[in-house]
Amino acid sequence: MNPVNYLYLAALLFTIGAAGVLIRRNAIVVFMCVELMLNACNLSLVAFSRMHGNLDGQIIAFFTMVVAAAEVVVGLAIIVSLFRARHTASVDDASLMKL
Amino acid sequence: MENLIALLVAAPLLGAAVLLCGGRRLDRAGHWLGTLLAAASFGIGAVLFFDMVGKDAGDRALHQKLFSWVPVADFQADIAFQLDQLSMTFVLLITGVGTLIHVYSIGYMEHDERRRRFFGYLNLFLAAMLLLVVADNYLLLYFGWEGVGLASYLLIGFWQHKPSAATAAKKAFLVNRVGDIGLSIAIMLMFTTFGTFAFGPVLGAAEGASEGKLTAIGLMLLLAACGKSAQVPLQSWLGDAMEGPTPVSALIHAATMVTAGVYLIVRSGAIFNAAPDAQLVVTVVGAVTLLFGAIVGCAKDDIKKALAGSTMSQIGYMILAAGLGPIGYAFAIMHLVTHGFFKAGLFLGAGSVMHGMNDEVDMRKYGGLRKYMPVTFVTFGLGYLAIIGFPGLSGFFSKDKIIEAAFAAGGAQGWILGAATLLGAGLTAFYMTRVMLMTFFGEERWRNKATASPAEPDVEPAAQTHGSHSEPHPHESPKSMTIPMIVLAFGSVFAGGFFAIGDRFANWLAPVTRFEHPHPPISVPVITGATIVVLLLGVAAAYLQYGRKPVPVVAPRGSLLTRAARRDLLQDDFNHVVLVRGGEHLTRSLVYLDHSVVDGVVNGTAASVGGLSGRLRKLQNGYARSYAVSMFGGTAILIAATLLMRAV
Amino acid sequence: MSFPLLTATAVLPAAGAILTAAVPAARRTVAKWLALLFSLGTLALAAIVLVRFEPGGDRYQLTESHSWIKDFGVRYELGVDGIGVALIALTALLIPFVIMAGWNDADPLETQSKRWRPTQGFFALILMVEAMVILSFEATDVFLFYIFFEAMLIPMYFLIGGFGDRAHAGTDEAAATQRSYAAVKFLLYNLVGGLIMLAAVIGLYVVAGTFSLSEIAEMRAAGTLEMSTNVERLLFLGFFFAFAVKAPLWPLHTWLPNAMGEATTPVAVLITAVVDKVGTFAMLRFCLQLFPEASKWATPVVLVLALVSIVYGALLAVGQRDIKRLIAYASISHFGFIILGIFAMTSQGQSGATLYMVNHGLSTAALMLVAGFLISRRGSRLIADYGGVQKVAPLLAGTFLIGGLATLSLPGLAPFVSEFLVLVGVFAAYPVVGIVATTGIVLAALYVLVLYQRTMTGPVKAEVSGMPDLKARELAVAVPLIVLLIGLGVYPKPLTDIVNPAITHTMQDVNKQDPKPEVEAAK
Repeated sequence: MNPVNYLYLAALLFTIGAAGVLIRRNAIVVFMCVELMLNACNLSLVAFSRMHGNLDGQIIAFFTMVVAAAEVVVGLAIIVSLFRARHTASVDDASLMKL
Repeated sequence: MENLIALLVAAPLLGAAVLLCGGRRLDRAGHWLGTLLAAASFGIGAVLFFDMVGKDAGDRALHQKLFSWVPVADFQADIAFQLDQLSMTFVLLITGVGTLIHVYSIGYMEHDERRRRFFGYLNLFLAAMLLLVVADNYLLLYFGWEGVGLASYLLIGFWQHKPSAATAAKKAFLVNRVGDIGLSIAIMLMFTTFGTFAFGPVLGAAEGASEGKLTAIGLMLLLAACGKSAQVPLQSWLGDAMEGPTPVSALIHAATMVTAGVYLIVRSGAIFNAAPDAQLVVTVVGAVTLLFGAIVGCAKDDIKKALAGSTMSQIGYMILAAGLGPIGYAFAIMHLVTHGFFKAGLFLGAGSVMHGMNDEVDMRKYGGLRKYMPVTFVTFGLGYLAIIGFPGLSGFFSKDKIIEAAFAAGGAQGWILGAATLLGAGLTAFYMTRVMLMTFFGEERWRNKATASPAEPDVEPAAQTHGSHSEPHPHESPKSMTIPMIVLAFGSVFAGGFFAIGDRFANWLAPVTRFEHPHPPISVPVITGATIVVLLLGVAAAYLQYGRKPVPVVAPRGSLLTRAARRDLLQDDFNHVVLVRGGEHLTRSLVYLDHSVVDGVVNGTAASVGGLSGRLRKLQNGYARSYAVSMFGGTAILIAATLLMRAV
Repeated sequence: MSFPLLTATAVLPAAGAILTAAVPAARRTVAKWLALLFSLGTLALAAIVLVRFEPGGDRYQLTESHSWIKDFGVRYELGVDGIGVALIALTALLIPFVIMAGWNDADPLETQSKRWRPTQGFFALILMVEAMVILSFEATDVFLFYIFFEAMLIPMYFLIGGFGDRAHAGTDEAAATQRSYAAVKFLLYNLVGGLIMLAAVIGLYVVAGTFSLSEIAEMRAAGTLEMSTNVERLLFLGFFFAFAVKAPLWPLHTWLPNAMGEATTPVAVLITAVVDKVGTFAMLRFCLQLFPEASKWATPVVLVLALVSIVYGALLAVGQRDIKRLIAYASISHFGFIILGIFAMTSQGQSGATLYMVNHGLSTAALMLVAGFLISRRGSRLIADYGGVQKVAPLLAGTFLIGGLATLSLPGLAPFVSEFLVLVGVFAAYPVVGIVATTGIVLAALYVLVLYQRTMTGPVKAEVSGMPDLKARELAVAVPLIVLLIGLGVYPKPLTDIVNPAITHTMQDVNKQDPKPEVEAAK
């Protein structure tokens, strides 16, 4: 199978993720979209690795997964505590960090 | 002997330091200490004088260098003294009259709670004035010059709780400062011209400099002299200075400090001799002032202000004489000394009268006092005869010489100056006779004061102890006051004759000032005769107006000239309108400008930066999603730009 | 290696600052005494510097040199010439008086929390400023100087903004707004100046390849320094701008009246008598030495600006209603004289300017601190609120008058010597400028005497009738200053002996000779 197709898929997934981050208000959904973008990147990394016959991309993909896992832990914790404090998970309600 | 010069200055300086820093403990003995140190200074002066007389005329000058004051490269100012005949004359006059006035003040200031301080200031004045006359360079002279200015400021404003006194003191200091600009610039000019400003080198090399420079130096020195000696156009402070206690007026504003300008010009004779244009201006200033002062003196009803006008006028004589060059220097100084005697005596007499009259100064409320104050009357009378130049008394000799020298100036200048001095002599006779008649003769106008004094005059504070509202009881002053008056009266009578016989005084000063006999175009007896005639005319005119007719208690409106003269010939009005008002407007508008323009430009820049950032701040709305959009947008633009760059 | 005396002189107050800041809240008096003790210790060290300094010796003495940032050639180089010694002595001398005068100015208010420690902070900041100022007088490495020049802004900012004059007209809140405005204005002006200077400092490094003053001087002497005329002028402007802000020179002066008016009087003295001197000092040391040709090129403009400062400052002082602002504008006028003297490029002018820095410090301190005592008694800074003080508090009035007379440069008091030297120096080189500057002496008399007359003389106002005279602590501040003013006025030779050799070097730097007199007088 032509590895370029994986790249198309990755681009599609990334676009869906980006659109989700920009459009959706629910913090959980935004969060999942971010994960989607990350995984799209992983996919393209692995695809490139395959195309070039080089293992570097795969290694980076593993790194990304680890980072994503850590991010999930921290991010979910923030969202949960935000929800506890505000009783909402809408990102637009958390706009206090402005002057 | 040299070491005594420093002691001469140090004695009163010590007195000032002790009295001003000593605190209340010295209240009871302070005046004695001050008087003692003044007398000590006079004693030292006398010792130095007899030592000097014992030497040859050529090497009488003493020099002493204490230490280097301001040494910077070529600029070398020393604390160094020079005592020659000219300085010696001043030293004796200052310490002599000064001591007498210290004695007088013991009685005069008896009821003032700040008497100790008064004596401290008087001692400070003596020290500064002595420094002025024994300095051996212009910068040290400047030190003394400002020092006497400070003492004068403190003493004029001695009764500071009176706003008028405080204002007068400030005015005196400020006007003097204008004159000081002249002295500063003169010293700078000397430094750039001669590379030094010590008397010896500058005066010795004066003829080597260009006439333009010398004229400039001369004019600047004249400006300084005008300030200190109350000459037109800087004369306006002297009348107001009479706010000070009367002994101060006698010592500082009649006998000594105000003559410092004459000293400066005579001392700088070598410069003026080589700068005829500057000399001409000096004589013009002298002539104008002598008439100006005389006219003002004719119109004043305040006895001290009338005498102040007279002082101005007499110093005008001296300045005029000093402008005549070697024919006039000695006479300027001679008149200065005799004037020191009789004017100090007259002021002390005026103080004695005020002392007996509850500090009333308006002569229209005097009259017939000769019966009540015989000693004051006699001493004042002798001073009066001396100042108008009554033949045989001091003023006659000294003033007559100046008139002769003025005629001898040559050409039209000589005639004009001569006429001015003659006219001045007549006016002097007029105003002094007026003072005499209004004070000691005529009806006793103070009797019915209770009904006839609508306006309370400025009451000097000593009056509080007398009770100022009751009718005055004129009485003779205590001994401490009358004795100095008697001594000064002696000087007024005999000094002139003693100095004039055989040109004794002129020959004494000749090694310092050079001396040439004046040769007036008309014979001397004619001039003397003319002087006496003018004098009699002045006396007669005054007698007709103030002796024959009763003097009104409230001043009549008077002619235009009288009214102008009462207001010091409108000088103050001019100053007020042009300088004070103008200055106020200028500073007000500058304060406004500083705030709105200079500061405004910077604040405006700050405000516009602030406005811009305020608008930029709106972008930071706090919505994570909008930040994300800008992030995506930015990334997209970057990628697009990279691709475009590749494509090109 | 010998004992690093210069470092010690600066480290001692810095250590004092840290210790003072650490004193617990309840022990405020300990903090005060500690600060005073350390400032006196610094004074002792400064005295040792003064004694160890040999006027006829090398240009920079007591030098210390260590490598600091190798990659940029920045060195920790200290050294003093006569000018530096004189100013270090002035700084070390004034700080104890500033501390004594401000003894109670920073006591916590009733309303403040018990844990709040303003007193400790106040005195610690003052000592910190002292350390920074002394270091900037000592640094002979341009970059090192820049660091201290900027670092002193931080403690100064907190001193102005954090500790206001308790005598103010409006409400506390309005006063706080005014104060923070003044502090921010101070900071912004000086930061802008500093930034421009930083650019010039970097530019200098690019051109010369070193920050060391002595190396640059050697290169210049050997002719190996390649600096085009335009580059030199630009770099000069960069340095001069920063110093002119600090000095302050018209039209960059407007921060000074605000800062001096709103700060407590000891801090106001600190600003004008000590911190601002770094500006004029640096003109003399850095502008003239690093950029002699550009300095000469800029002279006409600088002279005109200085003249404007003199006359403008004096006129504005006449128009002020607030005592402290009046003194601030008077200082602007005096700084005009100092800058005039520096750029006259004659021995008298530059010696006079250096003496002027010292004497102005003393005279302003005397006048301002006594004014502060007066203000603290009545709680108002407005001239119109006073009158007749002389009658109830003669000592206060007397010391105030002497401070005022020093400000108007009366002969016999120290400022006269310096002012006259400046005038003579300027006159010798530029007669017209000299004559115009002379009008400053009349205006000075005007603002001082008007101030004295309105506050001290006349009938006693009801509000001042119960005013106590100076206390022992206040006399301990005023009297030594007055003694110094008189002493240096009559016998300034010790000071001129120290300063003159340094000025000879500066004159060589700019390659100028004093104009010769027209007639060689018969000696």
